[in-house]
Amino acid sequence: MSSHYEAPIRKPLVEGDKSYHDITVDIARPIETPPNKDWWIAFSIAVIAFLWGVGCVTYTIGTGIGSWGLNKTVGWAWDITNFVWWVGIAHAGTLISAVLLLFRQKWRMGINRSAEAMTIFAVLQAGIFPIIHMGRPWLAYWMFPLPNQFGSLWVNFNSPLIWDIFAISTYLSVSLVFWWTGLLPDLAMIRDRAVKPFQKKIYSLVSFGWTGRAKDWQRFEEVSLVLAGLATPLVLSVHSIVSMDFATSIIPGWHTTIFPPYFVAGAIFSGFAMVQTLLIIMRKVSRLESYITLQHIELMNIIIMITGSIVGCAYITELFIAWYSGAEYEQYAFLNRATGPYWWAYFLMMTCNVVSPQIMWFKKLRTSIIVSFIISIVVNIGMWFERFVIIVTSLHRDFLPSSWTMFSPTFIDIGIFIGTIGFFLLLFLLYARSFPVIAQSEVKSILKSAGENYKKLRDSHE
Amino acid sequence: MQKVKKYWKGLEELKVQSDIVDKLEKNEFVEEIPVEKSEDKNSSRRDFIKYLGFSTTAAAIAGCEGPVIKSVPYVVQPEQIIPGVANYYATAIADGNDFRSILVKTREGRPIKIQNNKDAKSFNCSNARVTASVLDLYDTYRLQGPKVDGNYVLWDDFNNQIKGNLENLINDNKRIVLLTQTQCSPTTKLILDKFLSKYSNIEHIEYDTISSSSALDAFENIYGIRALADYDFSKAETIVSVDADFLSDWQGGSYSPGWSKTRVPNADNNNSMSYHIQFESNMTLSGANADNRVPANPSELKKILAHIYSRLSGQPVNGSLNPNLDKYVDLSVKKLKSSGTKSVLISGIDDVNAQEMVLMINDFLNSDVIDIKSPRLIRSGRNSELLKMMEDLKSGKISGMITSGINPGYSLPESEEFLKIFKNLEFTLSFSMKEDETSRVAKFLGASSHYLESWGDYEFKTGHYYLAQPTIRPLFDTKQFQDVILSLIGADTNFYDEIKSNWKNNILSSGKTWGKSLQDGFFYDYSQNELSIRRKRINLNSPFAESSNELSLVLYPKVGMGDGQRASNPWLQEFPDPITRVTWDNYITLSISDAKKLKLKNYNVANGALNGSYAKITSNRKEIIAPVIIQPGQAPGTIGLSFGYGKKYGMSDEMKVGVNAFNLYNDFNKIQKVNISKVKGDHEFACIQLHNTMMGRDEVIKETTLEIFNTKDKSYWNPTVMVSKNHIETKVTSPEVDIWRDFDRSIGHHFNLSIDLNSCNGCGACVIACTAENNVPVVGKEEVRRSRDMHWIRIDRYYSSEDTIQEDIKIAEEAKGFRKYKSTLNALEQAAENPQVVFQPITCMHCNHAPCETVCPVSATSHGRQGQNQMAYNRCVGTRYCANNCPYKVRRFNWFSYANNDEFDYNLNNPLGKMVLNPDVTIRSRGVMEKCSLCIQVTQKVILDAKRDGRKVTDKDWKTACSDACSNGAIVFGDVNDKESEISKVREGDRTYRVLESLGTKPNVIYQTIIRNNINI
Repeated sequence: MSSHYEAPIRKPLVEGDKSYHDITVDIARPIETPPNKDWWIAFSIAVIAFLWGVGCVTYTIGTGIGSWGLNKTVGWAWDITNFVWWVGIAHAGTLISAVLLLFRQKWRMGINRSAEAMTIFAVLQAGIFPIIHMGRPWLAYWMFPLPNQFGSLWVNFNSPLIWDIFAISTYLSVSLVFWWTGLLPDLAMIRDRAVKPFQKKIYSLVSFGWTGRAKDWQRFEEVSLVLAGLATPLVLSVHSIVSMDFATSIIPGWHTTIFPPYFVAGAIFSGFAMVQTLLIIMRKVSRLESYITLQHIELMNIIIMITGSIVGCAYITELFIAWYSGAEYEQYAFLNRATGPYWWAYFLMMTCNVVSPQIMWFKKLRTSIIVSFIISIVVNIGMWFERFVIIVTSLHRDFLPSSWTMFSPTFIDIGIFIGTIGFFLLLFLLYARSFPVIAQSEVKSILKSAGENYKKLRDSHE
Repeated sequence: MQKVKKYWKGLEELKVQSDIVDKLEKNEFVEEIPVEKSEDKNSSRRDFIKYLGFSTTAAAIAGCEGPVIKSVPYVVQPEQIIPGVANYYATAIADGNDFRSILVKTREGRPIKIQNNKDAKSFNCSNARVTASVLDLYDTYRLQGPKVDGNYVLWDDFNNQIKGNLENLINDNKRIVLLTQTQCSPTTKLILDKFLSKYSNIEHIEYDTISSSSALDAFENIYGIRALADYDFSKAETIVSVDADFLSDWQGGSYSPGWSKTRVPNADNNNSMSYHIQFESNMTLSGANADNRVPANPSELKKILAHIYSRLSGQPVNGSLNPNLDKYVDLSVKKLKSSGTKSVLISGIDDVNAQEMVLMINDFLNSDVIDIKSPRLIRSGRNSELLKMMEDLKSGKISGMITSGINPGYSLPESEEFLKIFKNLEFTLSFSMKEDETSRVAKFLGASSHYLESWGDYEFKTGHYYLAQPTIRPLFDTKQFQDVILSLIGADTNFYDEIKSNWKNNILSSGKTWGKSLQDGFFYDYSQNELSIRRKRINLNSPFAESSNELSLVLYPKVGMGDGQRASNPWLQEFPDPITRVTWDNYITLSISDAKKLKLKNYNVANGALNGSYAKITSNRKEIIAPVIIQPGQAPGTIGLSFGYGKKYGMSDEMKVGVNAFNLYNDFNKIQKVNISKVKGDHEFACIQLHNTMMGRDEVIKETTLEIFNTKDKSYWNPTVMVSKNHIETKVTSPEVDIWRDFDRSIGHHFNLSIDLNSCNGCGACVIACTAENNVPVVGKEEVRRSRDMHWIRIDRYYSSEDTIQEDIKIAEEAKGFRKYKSTLNALEQAAENPQVVFQPITCMHCNHAPCETVCPVSATSHGRQGQNQMAYNRCVGTRYCANNCPYKVRRFNWFSYANNDEFDYNLNNPLGKMVLNPDVTIRSRGVMEKCSLCIQVTQKVILDAKRDGRKVTDKDWKTACSDACSNGAIVFGDVNDKESEISKVREGDRTYRVLESLGTKPNVIYQTIIRNNINI
């Protein structure tokens, strides 16, 4: 049992007296039992929000972008704020499953499945905005370098928006493949347990004929490792490229070389916060406390605190550089950001992103579920405002004071954002009832080393 | 002998006897064609279903509504009209407020644009209103035929009924008033003389909606004829203006081209420029452009004038001036004296005594600038006559009234009372283009033609004759006033015949033919009459008798709206006022200190839009509630309110904005004693510029003083912009700091546009010209309020926050340390109480290194070979990234569909209004970006024309709508690859700079540094 040995100092990753079969039953339970009232309430709210968003998007496409609050000076606001926010959220999944896999962090096994699911759902939300923010969204396919009948007409490879298309579509496809690969043994497990023929049919389709032979497992391990290797640079590249939408422009407050690392840190920060929000609810609702333990929450809190501090450093660096550079417009952009008409947004951003995670220094607070939950929400609000601050406060007062104006959202702007939240929750709620939300096969692999009962057993033998 | 070659169809023909050959001779085909004979075959059931299916589908498809394009082809090609080729006609506008000689561009018979008639010697600069007047031709609210008692009738019936009515009234010996605008038309005068002698009970009264009566009276008192002195400001070295807004509408305007000639120091004028000091209450265009501007209330203005008079004439004056004003009076007198005959004093004070002083002062100075030999004849209204007419109307002495081209029911101070009486008169006849306040209650409504459908002749000033010719046949069943008058006097000629014979017999001389005059649009007769001055003793003490404690209301015409007769013109409604930059409204302007006292506020709401408190002004038992704009530079103790708004009839609901200031125009005096108080509620303004100061940024507008300009090297006052590379200061023009791949721009044309900030006075004629040329949509008040105006050229106006812009820049540079920096920058957001003002027209800069071009994902905006930054509307998907990345914020996005959209019910939403569209420029669809194209349709035409003619393009062929509309010559456009061109020379000049040059965008639009000539005391 040497391979199952783990230092006694490490806390158990699976709590309670769990056998392999218990794990199977626990994970399969939400899929095999009918949803309760709470789920239906949450689902109804999500559907309403989603339909509301669909209505607002339809109205926008029907009448024009003028239904939003944008103007001649502020050409992007909530649309791109939401886009970057969702892309940022999408970062935690791959980080958890790929980077933590490479670093052999076994605690990821409790959360990686849902984090990856969240990633994919968040990328889908993010993908909506670049399309609907276009004046003529029906021509969105012109953004792809497709062969066309217009002669040599080609996309502009200099434009960061084209880089975005490649970065995000690559990220989405790699994340999806990675996620699905991990799902295969678990889906097969559901398939094998399924009694209804339709269910069985579906799960056998999606589990791609997994048999659980040793060869299957070997290939599975290899593919996971290769994909982890592929996905890791993507974690860094996607948000770096998204940040270049701003960094390569000439608008003061956008034109900053610090953006790529700053955006990546921020993305991980907000991604973990969103994972935290979702899992704290899910572990309770789906009774998964044994698998998503307080230790998981605490570790994620630590990551939130560290990335929050990195982001804080970036904010301070920006201010310092604005002052140090002596660049007239840059200086004013940051003075205006902190003390101008949108000072409250900057204040919210600073408080939520830099100050609030610092309470995680206290063990008592970072191991409190309710504090973790509140902070995770606060961080998500803060990160939304970070993007709003970067986009709107930089644009609304740029070079020529004659063009300075302000931005205020319309109910369509708000409706579309709410719609994407609804859509996201809708997907997640459906996922929670139809997919194995914890990578049970992986958890089973650490049960004997990190399971509470086995640890106790081992301790009692020593 | 001719032998027809025979070709064989086959070998068979070789045989003599072939039945195939025989058969072929009889039949076309050798074998029988398998054609189904329908009559002898029964259709099957399946066939029936097929036929049924086909015919039902065909019927259904035919029933679908296809797009109906209403176009009528020419059955007979008219002479001179070639589709796609524009025709130009010289004509003139004389609408009672604007008098100009113009050139009308027509396409396929439709007038689509008004341009300056550059060959004319006077009145040749069209302003925003004149340029926009073409759109009034296509107004859906126009009257489509004559009406009697509200019913359409035929013109013959109409004329006969009028004739009958007039004859009845003449038999009863009842008095009729003919109320018209000033008639400076020699032929109209002839006709009216005949008309008045036939109907002896008719009295003709001329009425200027905005009165110049006091100036006319003064001129009449001193020179003996009722006219206005004309001025040639190009000869001026010193201009002292006491409340005369001569750069916009004072005494008919048209003075800015002359003024601008003296404002640009260059080799031709020995690097000198005129000195212009302005004493005034409201912040006007002239004040904003003056070297020194001294705010003073109306009673102080009269005193200032009296003191200047006294110091020049030696006639003593009782009463003193406030010492601050006294300094400037001294300065003015000193400058007037030192410039001698090259100095001039003008005044807009509505007071005969004051106007007499002006004429006398210019006589003392022996001023070359004032022209009394050929005075202006474009105003003649006499206040006393109008006041008497109102008396007579009230006392029932007048039984009938004929109005033409005016709307007294709106523009008279007692308009409501007037309408009450007018409605009940025995005979009312109104010639009007619209059913406005007056004409809608008239018994007889004569549908007038638009001036572009009419003939006319005018003598704007003595000896300066202008001809107006129709550029299109009347669109509706309308006639011009003069033709109706001719039929009333029983003449069998029309107005055209009358003009022609009058000109041939009485006007034309020196060998100029009628045809040539018509083509030119003018004729000048320089045999001027000598006017002798009758010296008058001026009363210098009357100004000091007035009390000056009350609040004075100063009424003024707005640059975009004038007297309000074009209030239903969407272009003008959306035209931002050059000073306040507010569109779609008039408002009370109030000084910063008075606003504080009265707790009246201007503030920005969440989306940036401007709101202002409402205030009530009461005067002479009348009251008006209007919103307030806090106006830097407004003299404390005065408020301003513009004419031209608050019309209620003859226009769509969108246009019914503002309040009618004519209600307060008591005794036709622009100065009124009023009270003001705050009332509840806030008004929502549609202001295009929400931030008023330049924040001490030195790269936006560059300026220096005349002294430095003349004594120091360019490197001192307009140094090459330096940027830092590896901490080494490097010239921005150096390739060291350029990461772009350059390409050879010396081949072909390379366009540049230069804007001279010294000669630009911010009048905005270019804005309207651009709108007309490029089919720029009107978006309405709500959308402008959301900062979504669509203008391709805008004129930014900045106020200084300190006394001058230079001080702003200095204190911004010196603000070191966070706290100081923050407080300084916050303070710089506020304009000074009496700020220095600058105007800066901004178009697309057509950057050679354009930030917009790199970021467009679909390459919809890219660089042209000729230097333009081009927009391919078809390719644009509307990400708006380009607009975000434009440092000049000149890109305009089509937030909605602005054409054929009931939400935007302006000229693009009806077939009539669309006739004004320039067919060379496409209408942009929803969701695409648009912006200035440097009028590529014009430059391409020039190139193609030259190519067709096999000649070289000459420098003077190049123009854009804005450069062509700028009568000040502030905008120069041309090809910099032509080293001899004007633009090349301007570009090489020392004053050239580029806006935000340190960004390295390398704009093709260049600016000329402002040279200030202000004198600090």
